[in-house]
Order: sequence, then C-alpha cells, then structure tokens
Amino acid sequence: MKALRSLVDKIKPNFEKGGKLEKFWVVFDGLETFLFVPKHANHNGVHVRDGIDLKRTMFTVIIAMIPALLFGMWNVGFQHYAAYGETSTLMDNLIFGAIKVLPIIIVSYGVGLGIEFLFAGMRGHSINEGYLVTGMLIPLILPVTVPLWMVAFASAFTVIIGKEVFGGTGFNIMNPALLARAFLFFAFPAYMSGEIWVAMDADKTLVDGFSGATSLVYFDEGLSSMNENISATDMFFGTIKGSIGETSTLAILLGGLYLIYTGVGSWRIMTAVFAGGYLMGLLFNLLAGSAYPAMEVPAHYHLLMGGFAFGAVFMATDPVSAAQTNRGKWMYGLAIGGFTVILRVFNPAYPEAMMLSILFFNVFAPLIDHIVIQRHIKTRMKSAYQ
Amino acid sequence: MSENGVIKIKRGFDIKLVGKTNPVIKDLPLSEIVAVKPTDFLEVIPKMLVQTGDEVKAGDHLFYEKDRPELKFTAPVSGEIVEIFRGEKRKILEVRILADKEQKYRDFSAGISQPWTRDSVTGVLLDSGAWNMIRQRPFSTIAKVDDNPKGIFISCFDSAPLAPDLNLVILQNKDAFETGIRVLQAFNVPIHLSLRNNVTGNEVFNSVKGVKIHYFEGPHPAGNVGIQIHHISPIRPGDVIWYLDPQQVVTIGNLFTSGSYKPERIVSLSGSEVKETAYYRTIIGNSYNAILEGNVNEGYNRYILGNVLTGQHVKAEGFIGFYDQQITVIPESSESEFLGWLMPGFNKLSLSRTFFSWLNKNKEYRLNSSQNGEERAFVVTGEYEKVLPMNILPVQLLKAILAKDIEMMEKLGIYEISEEDLALCEFVCTSKMPVQQIVSRGLELMRKEG
Repeated sequence: MKALRSLVDKIKPNFEKGGKLEKFWVVFDGLETFLFVPKHANHNGVHVRDGIDLKRTMFTVIIAMIPALLFGMWNVGFQHYAAYGETSTLMDNLIFGAIKVLPIIIVSYGVGLGIEFLFAGMRGHSINEGYLVTGMLIPLILPVTVPLWMVAFASAFTVIIGKEVFGGTGFNIMNPALLARAFLFFAFPAYMSGEIWVAMDADKTLVDGFSGATSLVYFDEGLSSMNENISATDMFFGTIKGSIGETSTLAILLGGLYLIYTGVGSWRIMTAVFAGGYLMGLLFNLLAGSAYPAMEVPAHYHLLMGGFAFGAVFMATDPVSAAQTNRGKWMYGLAIGGFTVILRVFNPAYPEAMMLSILFFNVFAPLIDHIVIQRHIKTRMKSAYQ
Repeated sequence: MSENGVIKIKRGFDIKLVGKTNPVIKDLPLSEIVAVKPTDFLEVIPKMLVQTGDEVKAGDHLFYEKDRPELKFTAPVSGEIVEIFRGEKRKILEVRILADKEQKYRDFSAGISQPWTRDSVTGVLLDSGAWNMIRQRPFSTIAKVDDNPKGIFISCFDSAPLAPDLNLVILQNKDAFETGIRVLQAFNVPIHLSLRNNVTGNEVFNSVKGVKIHYFEGPHPAGNVGIQIHHISPIRPGDVIWYLDPQQVVTIGNLFTSGSYKPERIVSLSGSEVKETAYYRTIIGNSYNAILEGNVNEGYNRYILGNVLTGQHVKAEGFIGFYDQQITVIPESSESEFLGWLMPGFNKLSLSRTFFSWLNKNKEYRLNSSQNGEERAFVVTGEYEKVLPMNILPVQLLKAILAKDIEMMEKLGIYEISEEDLALCEFVCTSKMPVQQIVSRGLELMRKEG
C-alpha cells in the first residue's frame, strides 16, 4: 500500500491549484478519498471521533442489500426456466440471473456516478457517497426486462432531478431512487407493468397456463384468486414474480436485521411501516364483505406482497427523506404502512402502492417533524411552569 | 427517571481509552514561571492593574474585567511580573510571574471572621479572585454577584474519558471541602452534590452536612453538571444556577481557614502516549512542562488540557489553566488509511456496530486525533439522540442555532446546554459536524441578545 500511497502523493500536485490538471481535482479527490481515508485531524472540538463516516454507512447499506440481490438474481433464472417448464440447478439460475442483472447494475452505477462526478466538478464540492446506495437500489426495484437505456435514463433522472436540483446528497426531499422508479412508471407504463416480470426467450415455447402476473394482480381479484395462484410461503421466500430485488421478504428481512443491528437503519421506521400495514390490513378484514373483494385478503399478506418489505427496509428508512425526530419516525412509518394498504385496496390502478405511499410521506415528513417539535415544545413549557 | 433516589442515565457513551491514571499522587514542584491566562475566562476582557517589574503576593490583583470591574483576577503565587505576553491584535494571552522561592501571601483574614454572611463571603471571594471559580448556567460564564441562583450544583464525579477520580482527589482535602461547603451555605440556596452510585470512596462526599445528595448511574455525560441540573432542577427562561467543581470548593475552604489564597489543584495525567500516568499536586498557573518531559512516547503527539472531548489543544509546553484538572496525551493522526472505510476495523471505536470492534465490548482503544472521514452534509438521523440524556431535540436545536432563530433556540432549550453536554454528539456524528462550535455560536448569540 505504501507504493500506491507514494504514487498518489506523486501525482497529487498535478491536480492541485495551479497544476496542469486542476480541473480534475474533484475526480482525483473522489478517488483518493475512496482509496485512503484522509488523515484530517480534528480541530476546535472533540479530539477523537467515532470510526464511522458516510462511506462506511453507505457500504453497510450495500452489504444489507446483498441477500436481496443474490436472491433476486437466482429468482430471475428460476422464473425464466420455470416459464418454459425446464429444470435448472441453483447455479443455472444464478448464472442466468447474473447475465441479466449485472448489466443493469453496471449501467446504473456508470451513468449515475458519471453525472455525480460531473456535478461535483461543476459545483466544486467533493463527491458524496449517496449514489453508492442509490446505484444499487435502482436495479433492485426494476423489472428484469427493463431496457438498459431506461436504466441509464432512470439513473440520470435520479441524480439530476432526485438530488442535484435540491443541492446534492442530504438536501433532497424525496427518495431519489423511488422518484426515478415513479417517473419510469408513469412515463413508460408499457415497460413497467404487464408481462414484464420474467426474462423471456422468443425461441422457446411457454408452458401451458403460464401467467406473468404478480401477487398484486391476483390480489386485486380478491382472496379466492390469490389462494388459487399464490401462497404466503412463496411470497415470504420470494419464488414469485416481481422486481429484481423485491420478491423475497426473507432476504430483505435479513438485510433489515443487519441494518438494525449495526445501527445504520432505523428500527423505528421499519417496525412502524410493518405495523401500519398490518393494522390497516386487520381493519379491512373486519370491514370486509362489501364492494371491495381485496379487503378480505389476510393482513399479513400485505407485508409479503409486492414491494412492501423492500420499501419498509430500504426506502422508507432513507434518513434524508424520512422524518428526523424519533417520534416522527413512528408516525411516518405507520402512515406509510397504512396508506399503502389503503391504496392497494381502493385503487387497483396503482397496484404498487408502496412506492407512491413512501414518496407521498417523504413530502409530509417535514410536517410530521413540525408537529412533533411543537408538541415537544409544549411539554417543555408545561414542565417549566408547573 | 428517579428510582429510590438514583437517577439513571440511559443515553450516552463511555469512550474507553488506553492510559487511565494510576492512583498515585505526586507533588509537582513550583515552576520558575507561573502564568495566569485571561483566555481561560469566557467573556472576560482584561484591564491590567499591574505592569512588568511589579512585585505581587499570592492573592494580589492582576487585572479586572472591563464591563464587570468587581471581577478581580489574582496572582496564584507571589513573585515578579516578568512579562505580559500578547498575541494577535495585542490580545493578552498570559501574565507571567517569576515565582518567589519563599511564597508570600496576601492576608484575607480580616474578612473571614464568622458568622459568614452572603455579603462578607462575597466580599472575600471577589477580593481574592476565588469568586471566578463560581460559574453560572446558562452560558457557563462567571456568576453574577447580584443574581439569586435557584441552587448551587457540584458534580462530584467526572465521567469524561480518562477523567480523574474525584473521590480520590478530594480525599486529600476532605476538611477543606467541608469548610468550603459551609462558606457556600452563606448564600442561603440549596446546594446539590451529585455522586456516582455504587462506587467506592463516596463517603468523602456523602458525609457532608446540609446539602442535597443525588446519585447518578449510567454512561458519560452523566457526570456533566448540565445533565445533572437537567434531571434535578431544569433551567427555564429566567432561571440561574451556579456551579463549581469539588476542587474549587476546596480552594474556597482553604481560603476561609487560612486567610490566604492558595489555588491548589490535583491534576491527572492520562492518555495512551504517557509513559507513567499519575496525579500531580500543583497550583493553578504552574507550568506542566516538567510532567511531560521524558514521560511521553516518541512520535507526533497531541497534548490536551482537559479530556479528549472538550479539552483544549495545547503545545507540550505551557501552563495549567484556571479550570483544568486533567492533561491527556494521545497520538496525532499522521497517516491516511488505505480503504479504511472498507476494512473490518477491529481497532475502530464506534457507537454503531458497523466495525467488528463491537465483538470486544471492554476493549480500551488507542485512538488518535483522526477525523475518520470527511465532513459531509447532514445525512444520518437519530445518532445525537442516542448520546444526549436530556429532553432536548439536539438536531432541531442545532438547526435553530444555524438559522439564528433566537425564539426557537429558547423554546428548544438552549439555556440548558453547554458545549460539553453535546460533545458526544460531535464524537458520534457520521457527517463530522463541528457540533460544539455551533453550540458556542448559539450561546454567544443568546448572551448578546439577552
């Protein structure tokens, strides 16, 4: 490492002020701090600091996504071979999945980081680590059949509209990855719904009775349709159709537990989202029997279906766009979970309600915090003059 | 939170460092030069009363505060004023005294005859300069003579990293401590002593009469007087509280026993880079060069007057300040770390469990002064709340300070905090925010507006 360090030190002057490559300082700085945690010493305050920094935080989130990513790759292969009635091994599934998924990841990171570097250069600020996570979130919430140009488009949209227009990482109002997903959903509905969940092969014939529908489609048809086509176990383990990383509740929960254990993800938000969804589901079960057949679907199905778990663990917990106060996090989470179930039941046009619900409450998060702060001030004042 | 009279602090964090102080007390000889540093005192602009060449006795006035002329700052030793050392813009940094071999003391015995009343005690304290040991909350400035505080708070344990054991320190001066408390009782306000629950040596403090004793449990910052006040009698707009540390009570006790001003302090020397840690009996203003010479490891070290969270970064040569009771030496950050954010990190201390160091809970760390990353925009939420045991929303308060929203700062509890109370927030901050600096700015703004 000494050799690498001295090489970096040797070329560094070229990028510093007055150097030949001054314009590329941001790029150099980004790479240097990626390779070496700088020796910057504390001044005017604490003399020692916690070992954690934003890079480590983001890296931890990426590790938490690995189970969902690996399972997603496997499931892409599994769904593909199942559609043609072929038998396949674990490795077959994984390899097929990797061939389909890796290009999406590469495009997402390539385009996103490219634009991120460009903006950092233009604005003269150092490169933020936020995209390390966003770049992985985007592939996981897209269907495997998504064209690569759309991935590139989504990544660009995420960085520019999702983040940079607000001032960069830490200043965005809504979750950038979800915003991109929502954009694709409304702009290119043909690519984002329907028979898109399984990677097809035009040369082969599908098995009889093949359906590309996701759990949410059956859900809208009511409980009997669900029971005929899909089981809670399948949904929990994730051998169902859906976006690349969203199908396995189990894999997502593993990541969620890791986030909670390390202290990086908010256990309050995760618990609250699941609780909100479950409670709303129970309420609907009580009211069932009316014009909405979807009401009678068991409450826990809601937590297993579609993007609920993924949203609860990886999307709602984004600290920048979530509520910031501890109490606010509970309210925010409960609201997201509950609202998702309401949307699913009453509005079949948007079956993927989780995405919309999170974006909606991203916007309301500052208001939730405001309410919490006002109540906090009130109790402070009360104890002052008792 | 109180249960059986024990206040349990749940939120906080103990930073376990290598280099605890050995419980040995050594005498540090009087240094040739002794210095008084006006910069030790918050909001004090010195107006000199002496000049180079003057002879002073211990307790003689050196300078006073420009806007509060009753505040006199006195010589800790007798000798000749040899230099008034100035910095930028001719700001006075040190008043240096060439100490006499035979110390001479100014006699305060005329004012100390009993019964002690508020007026007589105040007079002696002001005249001797010992008044400056009493500080107030809000703001941590020197107490105002005319204020009627809600109480006097004395934290009898220090929970900061590598902090001195005050039970041991005061054991040396138990009688003087009790006398000091009797002097403070002349102010006729409740005196609160806070002790750590379930530790040996508490009898030094809990045998004291006429005071309210509180027991605290839990991690740092449980020993901070601000946290204790918050849990015992929170400060609301208009309230004033006075506080001092046990060693200052001892100085006051000695003053009223002997009639002379002898600001002795026992100072701990700690930290991973110290060869032989110990406590040193010395006097305010004494040079600390002698304790460090030949007693620190080779290499690039950071010298801190105080603890690693709130202390002042100083050179290897200098003088013990008016409020100091700890010197810490840790390594400076001198090397960048290859892929530091990616490594397992067995040697990285973190409140989070993102490094594998959580496997060994009781490990003591040899931390250096590295920031461990670069400053970033505020991203991660919920961290500060884990280490601030107060009914205060730290992030929102800091935001109010940055926005200079005075009304909001007041509502969110700025009067209750000081820099040291939020030092752990700065320690844990993923984005490496200068939290204490922001708090300082907020408090300064409130002092000016108030």
